[in-house]
Amino acid sequence: MPQYLLAVHAGGPPPDHDPDAAPPPSPEAMQAMMQPILDLEEQLVAEGAWLFSGRLSDPGSATVVRDDDGDTLLTDGPYVESKEHLAGFYVIEADDLDDALAWAGRVTACVGSPIEVRPLVATGRARDHMPA
Amino acid sequence: MSTPPADTGIALAATLRAERGRCLATLAHHLGDIDLAEDALAEATTRALERWPVDGVPHRPGAWLTTVARRHAIDVLRRRARGRAVDEALAHAGPATSDPPDEQVVEPVDDDQLRLLFTCCHPALSRAAQVALTLRLLAGLDTGLVAEAFLVAEPTMAQRISRAKRKVREAHIPLRVPEEHELPDRLAAVLRVVYLTYNAEGAELRVEAIRLARLLRALMPDESEVTGLLALLLLTEARWPARRDDAGRLVLLRDQDRSRWDPALVAEGHDLVRACLRRDRPGPYQVQAAINAVHTDAPRFEDTDWPQVVALYDQLLAMAPSPVVALNRAVAIGELAGARAALALVDDLDLGGYQPFHASRADLLRRIGHTTRHARSTDALPTSRGTQPCATTSSRLLSGWGPRRARRPHTWGSRRTRRSPGVPAPARSHATAADGSGSTGPSWRRSRPRRRPCGS
Repeated sequence: MPQYLLAVHAGGPPPDHDPDAAPPPSPEAMQAMMQPILDLEEQLVAEGAWLFSGRLSDPGSATVVRDDDGDTLLTDGPYVESKEHLAGFYVIEADDLDDALAWAGRVTACVGSPIEVRPLVATGRARDHMPA
Repeated sequence: MSTPPADTGIALAATLRAERGRCLATLAHHLGDIDLAEDALAEATTRALERWPVDGVPHRPGAWLTTVARRHAIDVLRRRARGRAVDEALAHAGPATSDPPDEQVVEPVDDDQLRLLFTCCHPALSRAAQVALTLRLLAGLDTGLVAEAFLVAEPTMAQRISRAKRKVREAHIPLRVPEEHELPDRLAAVLRVVYLTYNAEGAELRVEAIRLARLLRALMPDESEVTGLLALLLLTEARWPARRDDAGRLVLLRDQDRSRWDPALVAEGHDLVRACLRRDRPGPYQVQAAINAVHTDAPRFEDTDWPQVVALYDQLLAMAPSPVVALNRAVAIGELAGARAALALVDDLDLGGYQPFHASRADLLRRIGHTTRHARSTDALPTSRGTQPCATTSSRLLSGWGPRRARRPHTWGSRRTRRSPGVPAPARSHATAADGSGSTGPSWRRSRPRRRPCGS
């Protein structure tokens, strides 16, 4: 069955945002915000569509690793410096694109960010996809 | 009996042109794979060129092609399957031969084209990709022709088509007719593609657009906008022979030689518009068709039922507002209420790059100039271009109104058409038009065009 990556893109916090400075939301506020997502994920699992998902840390905590002619170079920060960044993802199984888009529509309604739906052309180890 | 190769080539070309879309659509449906279907059809075509000169052109060439193509595709799938489980359908297919036994003949089916059409017009594809794919797969038009029609280079168009096919394959865009609840939006995309095709450069594309519109009408007779689009295309096509003069210049509607209009297409278009009226589920294509119907109903430009045209433009502007619609409406108001009223509306529009905007504006300015000259001169005679003062024009319209209204076929809704209160006097007409009140003209039973799913 076809598999798709649903990539959650966020607009990002303002440049001077300090994650430690703002007071955390109350448990009740958290619950209220999260409930639609929790319900949606229950349904994804119940219908056998959910394969894997996760929320990524802020782009500031990323490191890019590059090979420069044998030397390994490290860069502090995300690969692309921009306001938009990858915030999280779902990997789902769906009958076809319409099915995947339907799930994505519900995800975007819950999280309020645009979702990129990208099919996986191959899953599992590369060696399983090499020509015979 | 053998057919000489040249005749075979002609018969094959004719068959392909007529049946390619259907054959491909049916194959894609059977195989669930557009690329495999295309390759298989290409293989079947090659096979036909080998066999038909020897065996003769088959009685049902389309069925022959589809059946042979399917056999080839199944062979390909078998070879790909290797160690993987072979599915039921393949197991029942039987060995491939070049002459399909009768019990396994696959007839191309019209309905399969609807499936393929909706796939080509899937919202995950850009509009340009939708058009390119539809014309390549359903119309079987040559890539070069399509490229020229849309003013792009051939490699660009080829790449657009190839990318679109890759997306259909890799993202698993399904080959199916949308569910009822999805149908309104999905159908809108299909109609848009057909409309864009009609408006592209080249006679072949107009022919293809009309063919697709007819196909849609045959397969979705309950959808009013489908009927409306076909009516619109036929009525536009009817006037095509009069569009350009012998020097190749565009001729304005008022100057067109109406004897060059195609009466059969006009009659068919009018029938379709009447069918839409009976359904009373208005939409933009139907309203545009109705406007064309009012124009083609008039024996001469001067006989045009301008209040009806303006009322229909009011409807269209409410449903599908755009500066171009506003421009066309302003031109109609110019006929009804005079060039000054129209010019005031036209000047408000931001259509700098649109040639007809400038042409209309120039025409209106010229008419105002004429009127002024006419007023000044003592012995000037009114020309046939409607330079009479508006009151005279309007009273002529009014006097012709009673009997014409009784005959007029284009009234929508169960109530009699309520005419604009200000029609006779130009200033009041202008005011009515400017405030865009919904009280003018034909009234629909429902205030918004209702999008009903197919079959209801």
